[in-house]
Amino acid sequence: MCGIVGLYLKNPELRPHLGRLFAPMMGEMTERGPDSAGFAVYREDSRKERAKVTVCCVAWDYDWPALAAQAGLELGVEAAVEPASNHAVLSAATDSATLREWIEAGHPELRVTSSGAALEIYKDVGLPADVLARFGVSQMAGSHMIGHTRMATESAVTTEGAHPFNTGEDLCLVHNGSLSNHHCLRDWLRDRQGVRFQTDNDSEVAAGYLTWRLQEGASIAEALEASIGDLDGFYTFAVGTRNGFSVLRDPIACKPAVMAETDDWVAMASEFRALARLPDVEAAAVWEPEPGRVYSWSGDT
Amino acid sequence: MTAETIDLDAVSVRALNRCLQGREGPVAGLRFVVTNAKGGHALAVGLTERVQVRIRGHVGYYCAGMNQLAAVTVEGNAGTGVAENMMSGAVRVTGDASQSAGASGCGGLLVIEGSASARCGIAMKGIDIVVGGSIGHMSAFMAQAGRLVVCGDAGAYLGDSIYEAELFVRGRVESLGADCVEKELGAGDACRLEALLAQAGMDGDATKFRRYGSARQLYNFRIDNAAAY
Repeated sequence: MCGIVGLYLKNPELRPHLGRLFAPMMGEMTERGPDSAGFAVYREDSRKERAKVTVCCVAWDYDWPALAAQAGLELGVEAAVEPASNHAVLSAATDSATLREWIEAGHPELRVTSSGAALEIYKDVGLPADVLARFGVSQMAGSHMIGHTRMATESAVTTEGAHPFNTGEDLCLVHNGSLSNHHCLRDWLRDRQGVRFQTDNDSEVAAGYLTWRLQEGASIAEALEASIGDLDGFYTFAVGTRNGFSVLRDPIACKPAVMAETDDWVAMASEFRALARLPDVEAAAVWEPEPGRVYSWSGDT
Repeated sequence: MTAETIDLDAVSVRALNRCLQGREGPVAGLRFVVTNAKGGHALAVGLTERVQVRIRGHVGYYCAGMNQLAAVTVEGNAGTGVAENMMSGAVRVTGDASQSAGASGCGGLLVIEGSASARCGIAMKGIDIVVGGSIGHMSAFMAQAGRLVVCGDAGAYLGDSIYEAELFVRGRVESLGADCVEKELGAGDACRLEALLAQAGMDGDATKFRRYGSARQLYNFRIDNAAAY
């Protein structure tokens, strides 16, 4: 099954309350996905020219300050770390590719969940309410969030298998559904196009596919349009970008989605009940996205 | 007669349904208003008495499923499978309906004032469905009896593998499914359609609709295919 949710705050005054508005949306999707949960939060760093990489570690007593100190020393830039449960955001005055490569080359004990300028991704196994509390979501500020509650079908219930999947700089994907051609597509993307994968998860293949299309020069909307022909299976995707998000349902509409918009926010979810507690939802335009049509929403962040 | 209000912030869906089903006391002839629906699933299902129920706000899946005799109005949008397996009575949605509206319905009238998405009236078995807007793809799939009236457009594969239901569409039909064909709209058909539109509270000139039904080519095994065995 799985549940997916997304919330973008158009009104900057609401942004300090992003996590407080978003957490109940994910909680409401618990019945669609009780085994793991994850979310992406977009918050711009006031210090420009700075990269953020979210990392995850199995060890709960990991020495995060030492990691920041080492990064600063070896990269020759100012670096800082913000731990949250078994994740941490390492930020430094460099580009995110450099920072990500530095971690992947020297710290095999860490797994990178996201990289970019605004994006952070947190995910773990357990009931959504527990995962949300673990990472302190209700206190998070930002412009938008994308989330997922998982009921695993194609691969194991692990932190790595939880969504969202990072699909390149400041991009992430959550998926409700199941892809049937992910094995051959993963081989082709890995062997012929050099896309790297961390898991056997089918949704990660969709993320890798979008990464490849974007590298080839496509826009996110073009990459999603192309995926309709190349991905076989059933799906509703929500894709987070630095300044908004996109939604796509498979052409035969196997998986649900509902969208809503007011002057203050735009939101999507697997079911309306996830949106039912948003402010002024009674006055919102509410509609079901058409199958096989890409919906993109972006604002000025 | 005043209506009793049931607030779903205060009582559970199970308690709501028990009440509306008359399991907490006689309800025939009574009116109820349900507040704080908040997209909840399975609201007002399995009703068997002549009650009137108004649900304020959007509802989730399977609202008013298996309805008999009751009149249920949703003041908002409805999720998947509204009025599925309805036997009799009336269900009205003032907004849009999601997939599989009126699925397998055996009788009664389902009115959707807005649009319905895919698979509207799938496997319908006698229900009448009137949609003020448009409907999505694969609607009336394997429809067996009843009438589906669409004041707007119909999506792809309308009436695929249809048995004997009647389909009326005023707007454009993207494509017809296997064994579904256009049929003549005679004066008698227009007259019956006009009565149904009036019953649904929809304005409209019945003669502006086109009528579709089964070509009956899939009823029996085609002997030409015997060589396949």
